[in-house]
Amino acid sequence: MNWPSKKKNIAESNGHIIDMRSITKVYDTGKIQVEALRGIDLKVRNGEFVAVVGPSGSGKSTLLNLLGCLDTPTGGEYRLSGEAVAGLDRDQLADIRNRRVGFVFQNFNLLPQLTALENVEMPLLFGGVGRRERRRRALARLDAVGLADRVEHRPTELSGGQMQRVAIARALAMEPDIVLADEPTGNLDTGSGTDVMGALQELWNQGSTLIVVTHDTALAGRANRMVEIRDGLVVEDSPTG
Amino acid sequence: MRLLDWRVVAQLFVKASSLQRKRATLTVAAIAWGTVAIVMLLSFGEGLKIQLMKGRRGMGENIAVWWPDETSKVWQGLPEGRPIRPLMDDISYLRGRMTAASGVIGELTSWSSSLTYGTTTITGRVTGTNWEYGEIRHHFPQAGGRFFNVNDERDKRRVIFLGDELAEDIFGEVDPVGETMFVDRVPYLVIGVLQPKMQMGTYKGPDEGGSVIPITTFSAQFGQQRLTNIVFKTRTAEDMPLAREQFNQALAAKYRFDPTDEQVTGVWDTVEGARVMSNIMTGMQIFLGIIGVLTLLIGGIGVANIMYAVVKEKTREIGVQMALGARRGWVTGPFVLQGLSYTLVGGAMGLAIAVVIILLLGLIPVEGNQALEFLGKPTLSWQIAAATAAILGGIGILAGYFPARRAATVDPAETLRYE
Repeated sequence: MNWPSKKKNIAESNGHIIDMRSITKVYDTGKIQVEALRGIDLKVRNGEFVAVVGPSGSGKSTLLNLLGCLDTPTGGEYRLSGEAVAGLDRDQLADIRNRRVGFVFQNFNLLPQLTALENVEMPLLFGGVGRRERRRRALARLDAVGLADRVEHRPTELSGGQMQRVAIARALAMEPDIVLADEPTGNLDTGSGTDVMGALQELWNQGSTLIVVTHDTALAGRANRMVEIRDGLVVEDSPTG
Repeated sequence: MRLLDWRVVAQLFVKASSLQRKRATLTVAAIAWGTVAIVMLLSFGEGLKIQLMKGRRGMGENIAVWWPDETSKVWQGLPEGRPIRPLMDDISYLRGRMTAASGVIGELTSWSSSLTYGTTTITGRVTGTNWEYGEIRHHFPQAGGRFFNVNDERDKRRVIFLGDELAEDIFGEVDPVGETMFVDRVPYLVIGVLQPKMQMGTYKGPDEGGSVIPITTFSAQFGQQRLTNIVFKTRTAEDMPLAREQFNQALAAKYRFDPTDEQVTGVWDTVEGARVMSNIMTGMQIFLGIIGVLTLLIGGIGVANIMYAVVKEKTREIGVQMALGARRGWVTGPFVLQGLSYTLVGGAMGLAIAVVIILLLGLIPVEGNQALEFLGKPTLSWQIAAATAAILGGIGILAGYFPARRAATVDPAETLRYE
């Protein structure tokens, strides 16, 4: 496989793709305020494979949403590839998600009425890539995850492991700076889970930066760094095995 | 950038356009029905308007009718209650003074003369008037006949022009033109019969039931000089107020009464009547249009309802698209397009159905049926088509816009959370 090299400028952040300082997130439900994150400092370098672990309700998913610019922090400073995210409007955030971030979800989140190929083309469409180029790149991505013979299949005609591999191909379509995965093996049986882990590991080996939220110790064990979150704070941040 | 935006929206629209067929069909049908309703209502209104205008023109255009009356005001030492009764010679005097009028005619009337042809005698109305009456009062002859002319009037010729119904009553199947008939035992040559016309206003009864002879002939036979009424016409509706003022001044000067004495100067001004009627017709069309819009609105609510359901069903997909980098306008655009396309498809169908109905109704013969004749035929004008298209477009955009706005409020972080 031949992943394109990283070409985006991250010099401003001293080589950190992710640079979070004192990040807080408060959900205001009207009656009560829930402090989901209480001051997170997190730096991730290019090429790292970070597993984020912690019990349910610890703030892992909130952190992932902030990392992927699906949500904005209440306080603190967040730079993604050297670019400050604070103060961007919704369309600008959408552009950042499109160009810099690839998402892999626990429940795949493929669009059911589209084929595997069309699903992978979707971010390319949003990125303004032309029709032919879109097709070429999407086919290459699907080939890379071993689904060249499934491109015209719809999600319902694919197994869980295959769907997640389509999702991985989709996450990589725009050559993002970082891939964020939320329990990517959570809905899969052991065999498919191992498949998907292999695909993620392969990505990392090719030089991608990965942040994976997981309960799966086997998956966490493949990461080169483990960040443990508890009650909205980083309680442990250490290299693994 | 805008171009790209629209391309993305179009692509998403094409990819998302497979929907619940049953609901979509019902909605399109509702819009089609609403469109049929609005087009038919407006078309009937238009047909009625055309008939009313035609009927109003039956008596003549831009004319005013004056009748003799008594003064109601004291004037220059003269008492009130004096009758003002102009003579037939006053017509040329009035013509000289009324520069704003394009025609002034006087009428003498015999309400019940015996009209005889062969063994048939009936009692009917005979009007003696100036030869210009033909044009001013829209007395157009059927083929083969003519109205009397300036020579007939000058030479006091005994020629008569018959209303079409009166002609049938006297002559039956016989063609009256060229025949000799008797008016109170005096022989007259029939020179023309009135073309059947629609007439809504009359001041002595419908023209179809009367007969007309030169005013000079009338005066010679009946010995009458005092006019039953005066009719004057202006070239345009705008000239009428001035013509009326000139009429009042001229008549008041000659017969010595106060020109502001409304009991004498009162006329039947058809220009004013036309304005009132035109306003009534416009009001009626607005009313019909509102009913149509309300009907269409119900269809529009149906479309919006479907689109809301679709947005709700697709909340997660919208969230996914946003996560993948879709801007807000890109995910909402397809919903607006969808709402609009349902409305336009339904509208096009409705318009086609309405056109077919209008064409079929046009085949029903209305002559002879007075109610149908009055109602006229539904008429589809380009204004109606344009108004309908505008209303459809507006409702379509609204029906798509509000659901799309809900789609835009989707919080991707919220929807992507795994339940």
